[in-house]
Amino acid sequence: MTPTALIAEDEPLLAQALKAELAVAWPGLQVLAVAGDGRSAVREALRLLPQVLFFDIRMPGLDGLAAAAELADSWPVGEAPMPQLVFVTAYDEYAARAFETQAIDYVLKPVQPERLRKTAQRLQQALAAQQQSKPPPAAADEALERTLAQWRQVLAAAGGNGSSPQPAPTAPLKMIAASEAGGSIVRMVPIDEVLYFEAADKYIRVLTATREYLIRTPLKQLLAQLDPETFWQVHRAVVVRSSAIEAVHRDEAGKLHLDLRGRTEKIPVSRLYGHLFRAM
Amino acid sequence: MSVEALPRFRAENVRGMLRHGLITVAFCCFIAAALAITQHGDWGAQMVYSLSIGLISWLFIDVGRLLISGHREILWPSGPWGYLLVAGGVTVGFLGGNAIGDAWTHQPMLDFGSFTERKLATTIIITVTATVCMCFFFYSLGRSKHMRSQIELAQRNATEARLKLLETQLEPHMLFNTLANLRALITADPPRAVAMLDRLNNYLRMTLSGSRALAHPLAAEFERLADYLELMSVRMGERLRYTLDLPDDLRGTPVPPLLLQPLVENSIRHGLEPQVEGGAITVRARQLDGRLVIEVSDTGVGLDAAQTSEGSGFGLEQVRERLATMYGDQGRMSLGAAPSGGTLATLSFPLPPQA
Repeated sequence: MTPTALIAEDEPLLAQALKAELAVAWPGLQVLAVAGDGRSAVREALRLLPQVLFFDIRMPGLDGLAAAAELADSWPVGEAPMPQLVFVTAYDEYAARAFETQAIDYVLKPVQPERLRKTAQRLQQALAAQQQSKPPPAAADEALERTLAQWRQVLAAAGGNGSSPQPAPTAPLKMIAASEAGGSIVRMVPIDEVLYFEAADKYIRVLTATREYLIRTPLKQLLAQLDPETFWQVHRAVVVRSSAIEAVHRDEAGKLHLDLRGRTEKIPVSRLYGHLFRAM
Repeated sequence: MSVEALPRFRAENVRGMLRHGLITVAFCCFIAAALAITQHGDWGAQMVYSLSIGLISWLFIDVGRLLISGHREILWPSGPWGYLLVAGGVTVGFLGGNAIGDAWTHQPMLDFGSFTERKLATTIIITVTATVCMCFFFYSLGRSKHMRSQIELAQRNATEARLKLLETQLEPHMLFNTLANLRALITADPPRAVAMLDRLNNYLRMTLSGSRALAHPLAAEFERLADYLELMSVRMGERLRYTLDLPDDLRGTPVPPLLLQPLVENSIRHGLEPQVEGGAITVRARQLDGRLVIEVSDTGVGLDAAQTSEGSGFGLEQVRERLATMYGDQGRMSLGAAPSGGTLATLSFPLPPQA
């Protein structure tokens, strides 16, 4: 079977250059498509199910890290194994450091042929190992979990856009100044009343048992101010109070949902955070 | 000047005080010697009087000075407190020193009545003059030291600001991506690679030397913008379109170098780059009521959305600062929504009188 790849890169010349360099370093690799932004990268990846992803980090719309997180969630694991992920970056000190510590593959731009050849070799070995073991379901699950854990760590370490340092940890928030949905009044909401936060477009919805408020702080900044024991991130856009979780459901497709004490809606759990809810 | 309180008797202050003490001792010995020679007095007695008066005044004034203002950066009390402190030091030193001297020479304690008027006057005059001179001397010494440290601080701040400016202009991400594009072009399209290299050359030269010149013609400023935008459009391809509009009669108008650069950079970075379809940038200069008006507009995501991304603050602050330095309150900048949906930055300042 011919190995397949997808390139996500917003600068057309660089996408072409990477394609050309790959043709030299890995003649057998078939590049199925080149996507110019994060959204279409996710769309194309799900349509074509390639075995290797080369993702630029800084892309319009959805950056490479967010695109990877979304893919981790929506990848049809029953149809194809999780792809090998390689980040391509010009200069992202923090992200690069994160990849270094997590032993995730990354390539620096401008791409050096020698470096790319090494990456190609590693990828070939990984794919060969995947093919050979044609694994029983249990081993496949294990491999998937390993991949997810790796992705999770990279995404956590590299942070939102990978270009800025993590904000310094501050004392946990006690009160949140939030506006009431649709109103001009700012309410002081005690953190103890908050059941979960949900990022929506430009805002974060703050939900208590009875009400809903809005704040404008980016989720990344908010997370730094929350006690990680009390609030768990369970999805790219959702942070819940751990003590409010009543039950975890798994649907036919294998997706997880949470019931919260005090709320009726179901909270989606990202595949990346599924490990939090494995039965003890 | 820092607002936070420092310890009053921090090591540096105590060292300064002891240094003053040593100088005071030397000075007192000198006075004692002078008096002993001119008045043919007893060397030992003169020494005791002189040192006692001097050291008590020194202790009183120096300790008092630190108690009153040692927690601040300027170690001398402000206003009347300074004079009062010296007056107090003179009085206490004079009485205390004479008392010790009288005890040493077994004379009636502080019996100034037995002095001739002239001798009393001489002693007082010497004490007052010496103390005031010493205080003034130390005060000037401390003042010049403080000024020196202030100048050093200002220089350090200026250097830091320059470095920060350079860092934002030579943003590594921009530089490495440009080099990566250049590398791709060298094999794919050599003539375009050469053109791009020339633009990069101009851009780097301007960035590295530009902040030193005070002004250059507006035409040169637009040339540099063209270099930058051309580099960016090689990278962004069809996602970036731009228009530079400079009327001929404004070409020679002097402007601070790279004044507009941060605005165009913000437009690209925070306006167009996050937008999948990219957009257009327009830079337009015109004349209005004797003022030069320059507008930088884009069709990007707009101020509201851009606010959540960090890093545009420094560029804007820098433009404002440079306008203020060059034109005082006549230089203005405003930031708002462009009619086309993106961001519009407008700056204006008086046109120099036509030569």
